[in-house]
Amino acid sequence: MKPPSNFRGDKYFFGLAASMAFSVLFIFILLLASLVLFSWPSIREFGLSFVWSDQWNPVTNQFGAWAAIVGTLATSLIALFIAIPFSMGIAVLIDELMPRKIGKILARTIELMAGIPSIVYGIWGLFVLLPWVQQLQLKLIPIANEMASKFDALAHDGSWLVAFKPIVMFFIQSIPTGSSVFAASIILAIMVIPLISSIMRDVLASIPSIMKEAAYGVGATRWEVTKKIVFPYAAPGLLGATILGFGRALGETMAVTFVIGNVHSLSGLFMPSTTISASIANEFNEAVGTLYPAALVETGLLLFAITFIVLIISRMFLKSAKSKGGKI
Amino acid sequence: MSLLIKSSITRRIKNQLFTLFCWLTAIVSILVLLNILFTLLAKGLHSFNIEIFTHDTRNLGLRNAMIGSLMMTGIAIIVSAPIAILTATFLVESKKKSRLVTITRFTNDILLSTPSVIVGLFVYTIIVANTRFSGFAGIIALSIIAMPMITRASEDVLYLVSPMLKEAAIALGIPRWRVIIMITYRSAKTGLITAVILATARIMGESAPLLFTSAKNSFLSFDLTRPLESLPVMIFENAMQPYPNLQSLAWTAALMITVFVLLMNLSARWIARDKT
Repeated sequence: MKPPSNFRGDKYFFGLAASMAFSVLFIFILLLASLVLFSWPSIREFGLSFVWSDQWNPVTNQFGAWAAIVGTLATSLIALFIAIPFSMGIAVLIDELMPRKIGKILARTIELMAGIPSIVYGIWGLFVLLPWVQQLQLKLIPIANEMASKFDALAHDGSWLVAFKPIVMFFIQSIPTGSSVFAASIILAIMVIPLISSIMRDVLASIPSIMKEAAYGVGATRWEVTKKIVFPYAAPGLLGATILGFGRALGETMAVTFVIGNVHSLSGLFMPSTTISASIANEFNEAVGTLYPAALVETGLLLFAITFIVLIISRMFLKSAKSKGGKI
Repeated sequence: MSLLIKSSITRRIKNQLFTLFCWLTAIVSILVLLNILFTLLAKGLHSFNIEIFTHDTRNLGLRNAMIGSLMMTGIAIIVSAPIAILTATFLVESKKKSRLVTITRFTNDILLSTPSVIVGLFVYTIIVANTRFSGFAGIIALSIIAMPMITRASEDVLYLVSPMLKEAAIALGIPRWRVIIMITYRSAKTGLITAVILATARIMGESAPLLFTSAKNSFLSFDLTRPLESLPVMIFENAMQPYPNLQSLAWTAALMITVFVLLMNLSARWIARDKT
């Protein structure tokens, strides 16, 4: 017996849905393949040394991604250092300290920050943050000069303290244009705080309240409960949230492009540098020849690989946090 | 005894400091947000007038950029929403936990976390490199960014549809595809709409994928086979210029995009709240 005709629709409908799901796989494979294909001239020319060579010279056709990789990781890591205490503070405040209704309003306001397009953060960074950083840099210049002459004197005396010179100078030397790793990190921190704090809030909310109540019951203060109960319990989840924010910061393009200065080197916190995405956004449309755009696309591939690894790690932590929450 | 009092005082001080720290972080964050919004308003309204709706970017207007942005965002959403919702349906409704489901979900997550500039590069290498900068390329890039977002959000929504409703319909002898369309989609309607609106708001402000795909065009154009101006790319180009009137125009464009995106976010939230 033939099935009624409207049941045949099932086959068509699920066939359609499955083909759409296949299209996701198809796009992903196509993406990888076409990026590899396009960057092939550069892969063939430089081989593996592309990753750790810090040459970036379009004139002599010498390309290496190291400076951009380091710049990407450095800006994102510094951004995390700034963002973690803020996100944690906001998450604890909303979850523990505020009445539920007011906490909700604050949470919504913070979420609004996540909705603002990155280009708007970029233009704000360019016209508001950079002048401010520039003021900071102008104050740093005399200090840097003083330190440099002190180190010169030490070198004259043959003191071993000279060994610290590169480290100290890394943090204080500057070119007073405003464009710097520091500015990029601040912008990135502002952009990832809403993301990290909202995931951290979910993690904190998943802690069984009976554990906290037990601690309060024996007379622990809020800080003690947070330090000894909440943090150890929520650690994998908090870490996962942080790494997820890290992944977001790594790929952020427009906001960073405005404030980083696009120089392929990392010589100091207050010096211009570049990130992978910023150098692509800045240079790709002006890249001529075959090798230059190919090298830029290869840096894009590296960025893709980095964000992929970061995604995997963050999922591992968030998953273990979830399974822990489910057990109790 | 005095030791006990001392320790109780330090404990209380520590606790107070901790509370203070939490409040400070929130206050600083809110202040930064207010600073951004206030600067945006002050600088954006400076060159906001009726002229920006009637002139193109070459005459210090925003007409072509607004039209280009709306066209590309609109078509990209129309293209990506059905694909994404069907993909999500496949992920949710597939009976067996097949390998294909797991792989698709994982791939979707990878695409979701892919930096948008890489999607721009991808569309450049596959389309623009063989033809030229065009609105179509921009639409494809935006669709690829919107698709995983909508898939993810609608998957979550579709999971929440009560299985009893579906089972009741299936028991009546209704084919599953009609159950999905008439029961599942209908009861998940608000969630699906919210997902689509949020994705629209997100791709509206994307500029990195458009830099190498739709590029820029300072004339009014409806031709999708040619370069098309969009608000985010126009902001990027103009803000870097040394001319104050161009910078001011960029601020106005930034204000308009932000207002649009925030309105979208708020309306999505309002729709979602309406249901519960």
